[in-house]
Amino acid sequence: MSTTEAPPNTGTNGNSGYRWVGTRPVRHDGLDKVAGKARYAADLVLPGMLHGHIVRSPHPHARIISIDTSAAEAMPGVRAVVTGADFREPPPKGADRNLMCTVIARDKVLYTGHAVAAVAASTRREAKAAAEAIDVTYELLPHVLNIANAMADDAPVLHDNMFTRGVEPRPTEPSNVAARTVYERGDVEQGFAEADIVIEREFSTQAVHQGYIEPHACVVDCGQDGKTMIWCSSQGHFKVRSATATVLGWDTSQIKVIPAEIGGGFGGKTTIYIEPVAALLSTKAGRPVKIVMSREDVFRATGPAPGSIIKMKVGARSDGTITTAKAWLAYENGAFQGIAAMLGCMCVVSSYTLDHLYVEGFDVVMNRPVNVAYRAPSAPAAAFATESVVDEIARQLGMDPIDLRLHNCPSQGDPTPYGPKWPVIGLRDCLEAIRDSDHYQSALPSGQGRGVATGFWFNIGEASSATVNLNENGTATVITGSPDIGGSRVSMAIMAAEELGLDVHLIQPVVGDTEVVGFTDVTEGSRATFATGMAVVEACRDLKRQLCGRAAKTWDCDIEQVDWVDGAAVHGPGEHDPLTIAAITAGAKRTGGPLGATASLNARGAGPAFSVQVADVSVDNETGCISVERYTTAQDAGTAIHPSYVEGQMQGGVAQGIGWALNEEYIYTDDGTLENPGFLDYRIPVASDLPMIETIIVEVPNPSHPYGVRGVGEVGIVPPLPTMANAVADATGCRITDLPLSPPRVLREISAQG
Amino acid sequence: MSRTHVRTHVTCEVNGDAVDFLTEDGESLLNALRDELGLTGAKEGCGTGDCGACSIIMDGRLQCSCLIFAPEANGTQITTCEGLATAGELHPLQQCFLEGAALQCGVCTPGFLVAAKVLLDENPDPTETEVRYALAGNLCRCTGYDKIVRSVLDAGVQIRTSAA
Amino acid sequence: MRYAAPTTTDEVRALLGSNPDAIVFAGATDVVPQMRGGRPEPSLAIDLKKIDRLMSVSLDGDTWHIGAAAPTSLLTHNADFTADFPGISEAAGLIGSDQIQNRCSLGGNLCNASPAADSVPVLVVNDAVAVIAGADGDRRVPVADVVTGPGQTSLAHDEIVVCFEIARPAARTSDAYLRLIPRTEMDIAVVGAGVRLTLGDDGTVSAASVALGAVAPTVVRVPDAEAALVGSRLDDDALAAAAAAASEACNPIDDKRGTITYRRQVAGVLTRRATNIAGERVTNAQGVSQ
Repeated sequence: MSTTEAPPNTGTNGNSGYRWVGTRPVRHDGLDKVAGKARYAADLVLPGMLHGHIVRSPHPHARIISIDTSAAEAMPGVRAVVTGADFREPPPKGADRNLMCTVIARDKVLYTGHAVAAVAASTRREAKAAAEAIDVTYELLPHVLNIANAMADDAPVLHDNMFTRGVEPRPTEPSNVAARTVYERGDVEQGFAEADIVIEREFSTQAVHQGYIEPHACVVDCGQDGKTMIWCSSQGHFKVRSATATVLGWDTSQIKVIPAEIGGGFGGKTTIYIEPVAALLSTKAGRPVKIVMSREDVFRATGPAPGSIIKMKVGARSDGTITTAKAWLAYENGAFQGIAAMLGCMCVVSSYTLDHLYVEGFDVVMNRPVNVAYRAPSAPAAAFATESVVDEIARQLGMDPIDLRLHNCPSQGDPTPYGPKWPVIGLRDCLEAIRDSDHYQSALPSGQGRGVATGFWFNIGEASSATVNLNENGTATVITGSPDIGGSRVSMAIMAAEELGLDVHLIQPVVGDTEVVGFTDVTEGSRATFATGMAVVEACRDLKRQLCGRAAKTWDCDIEQVDWVDGAAVHGPGEHDPLTIAAITAGAKRTGGPLGATASLNARGAGPAFSVQVADVSVDNETGCISVERYTTAQDAGTAIHPSYVEGQMQGGVAQGIGWALNEEYIYTDDGTLENPGFLDYRIPVASDLPMIETIIVEVPNPSHPYGVRGVGEVGIVPPLPTMANAVADATGCRITDLPLSPPRVLREISAQG
Repeated sequence: MSRTHVRTHVTCEVNGDAVDFLTEDGESLLNALRDELGLTGAKEGCGTGDCGACSIIMDGRLQCSCLIFAPEANGTQITTCEGLATAGELHPLQQCFLEGAALQCGVCTPGFLVAAKVLLDENPDPTETEVRYALAGNLCRCTGYDKIVRSVLDAGVQIRTSAA
Repeated sequence: MRYAAPTTTDEVRALLGSNPDAIVFAGATDVVPQMRGGRPEPSLAIDLKKIDRLMSVSLDGDTWHIGAAAPTSLLTHNADFTADFPGISEAAGLIGSDQIQNRCSLGGNLCNASPAADSVPVLVVNDAVAVIAGADGDRRVPVADVVTGPGQTSLAHDEIVVCFEIARPAARTSDAYLRLIPRTEMDIAVVGAGVRLTLGDDGTVSAASVALGAVAPTVVRVPDAEAALVGSRLDDDALAAAAAAASEACNPIDDKRGTITYRRQVAGVLTRRATNIAGERVTNAQGVSQ
């Protein structure tokens, strides 16, 4: 099934056998959002609330010699000041140390924007003024800002206890290379020997920011009894709770995190920055404290997604069979170790069946803010390299780029590059959907260029919980622990409606705080509709068993004689009229009391996601400006629960990917200052930069999910980087291997070509 | 600890209501609307006029409230997102945004609605390109703008139909 | 910071005189971001928008008077002004978003003294004059002479630009402004080019003005390009010579928005394109009363 036009937004999804799955009801939280009434973290005000302001390092690498807070403490309105010394001592190494030292610097600052101290005062302006009065003495240290310099033998080392993992024997000298990752199969030299054509290129991408419009914000209120309440913007409030507990050394059970509406995350709000700082200020001041980041802080101290250097060598026979691939990848990690290169290695050649491959990756630390996930983290840069080289092979062989990919397309049972075998996947279906699309079948307008590319992302399962309570009037409340970033409430309600046979608007989907619903992992890996949806379905199925039991009790019959059909208990022998949910809940006191069910699970069997995209572009050969004329994306959703929000995820991912390809980049001066910490010069796409983004929802159901859901949030951002570069190559003849494809770079390449 | 900041008394009309508030002169109108009047629909996405999340209509003109010093509002008429619905009826734009799934996280939505209202008030029959340029001062990072643009075009149709 | 909204220029000058760090503002579309970026708050910010003379747009005889604090949307929405100066109107319509254009002003765009200010090149080619209120009453200064360097103007601390005087264009005269930005909207110009042409009845250029933005510390007038155009019929050779002269006139820097090479190259391209547009405007306006 494919969908490009919105059908009516309620009613029956006729051709699927589902009543609610696949329909487009209005989201339950929508009215408040269009009325300006939805509550985001920065909107919250508590009685007696103070405003926090964080002092940040102006230096990329420096030792903190001293922090004098006396002047700030004496300023009007100031109620509390904290520095790293007020926080507990971090362990010498490991993930907890990295988190603790990101929240607030200890002995060293590792990037401009690194938090060093904070103030709470009566007003925002008083807090800011006091923060400016905090006197930090630094001893400047040499810094490194890019991969090449950070990997050099004589590079300044950020962490003197970092010895590269994955190298035998273990290095004796510390370095900025945190880890080396290798995936290997067959014999690449043999693969190259079998090839008729070999193409090798080096690619680079720049760090980019997730660019959510809502800056990080929280309000924290620590009670006299140690009980702490946190209202915040996050992709996972249980993670906020555990991370805050870790940073402060507090008991998890003492912390309650209440999710506010979240104004975008894209991976960037899967970690914490400000909550423990606000908590400590609140404890000191004995009053609630709000911290809201400025946009500049967001750019300097949160995100970004890493820049990368990737060397890619691919061999193919003249019939288009790809014989081998060899890749060298290095990813920026920011100030502390991450797993960017490891992820890049895992997905760099996932769209191809390969007998021979060798992939080697390096995670590199440097004086930049710590990487955080950004929609299919690491995959876009990896796809940029592979899909550019494959495009070049197709061109040189004179093959259609989709035919070449179909020729090398993996299927169920083939080995993945990183080990296990592919489950049911929809790459072939997506390739065919694009091949057969109106866009691809239409002649390319004169003067334009067309590019295609594929993208892969794993998707993940993880832990989710859901509670479904039936109300006394027969309506239902569905409580989950997954924040609603882009319409997940309505998706949960749709799945519950399908299970229970209730109208979707008789179901109230709620995002519960850490004390009203079971543990739920962060919304990441496109997992909310998959894993949390699975918990909702499981709870509903439990509830249906209970409902049948109540009917059996009412009818004084065996439960085996009761079926659940179209939202009602039906007596098999037909001696009683069906009992609706409303009828059963109305009589619930007589049959055993209120009805509710809870499911907590660790979801397995996440369905890998693929996307294939095509773009037509025009390039102004005199200015290097690129205009996106037409864009189509096909993506395997497994099953689209709410097609409008599936399309929304696809379109949003594409827009971000186009921004990454064309104009977005972190620009540092040599002295380590971020030059573009604002939306003026960090140029995310505006409405006039983009065409309509045509969507083709491909549905290859994931057998591990009751409705076949794969998860749709991430993979859409993977293909645009190579899709745009391939389209520009088609339009200009210039194969550009460095992003972004900004006008100066494009014009330079065009001019060099002569 | 003496206060150095003097506060100014501002009187204006917001969403049809006569209101007044006290503000420090250097404070933005955005913060005054949010903190003093409790109108938190307008958001601060950047504080520099680059994202449009704080868009309001002041004396008939679409503006970024983060760029307005709060005392400038004295004597003005202001419409915020909260004032778009009248007598419990959603503005056609609000209805079309809901039905067209034109919002994901929703944080940019109030600014888009206000900017789109100004556009449709001036030109209820815009082309897609006109919509895109009129909304270029409003950043959305979730939707890729597709469903926003469609919803604005749909609202234009509704407005024209009901006016006919 | 205190806020003041005087209604006369004399009051403004008095306030400036008694507050050495006071600033004046119209839309504050540059001032507020600068303060957010660390510029110290002044003790006093003087709002110019309550002064009628600074907010009005009017045609008096053959001269347009544009209030220095009038939002540029007043120009883009003014059909008569846009008919006379399509280039100024399009420059005014390129400064930021609609939200910005409802606040930003020609006076602010000029006195912020950014080399990349969109309205300045096309004001320069139209010989716009800034009327400046100072100790000795009003003085008139060509717009080209107001800005002396990035962030620097020739105004004394207690002087303000009151309005701009722009003589209506002569017969068979029109202008155009083009800029290069990476996106389609919202960016600061990487290069800007303003051109005004007067054509003779036979299509020969009788007068030409060319000015470039964002390619030097201040807006650059390009006499060599003007000379190349005058006497020509906008043939390819003349356009190429004008483009080459424009590239040559650049004294740009490498920065986060563009490189020296790029700016030089694109300055020529935009000069040629803007010249063509201005020429077409004259040609297309034939028969329309000027």
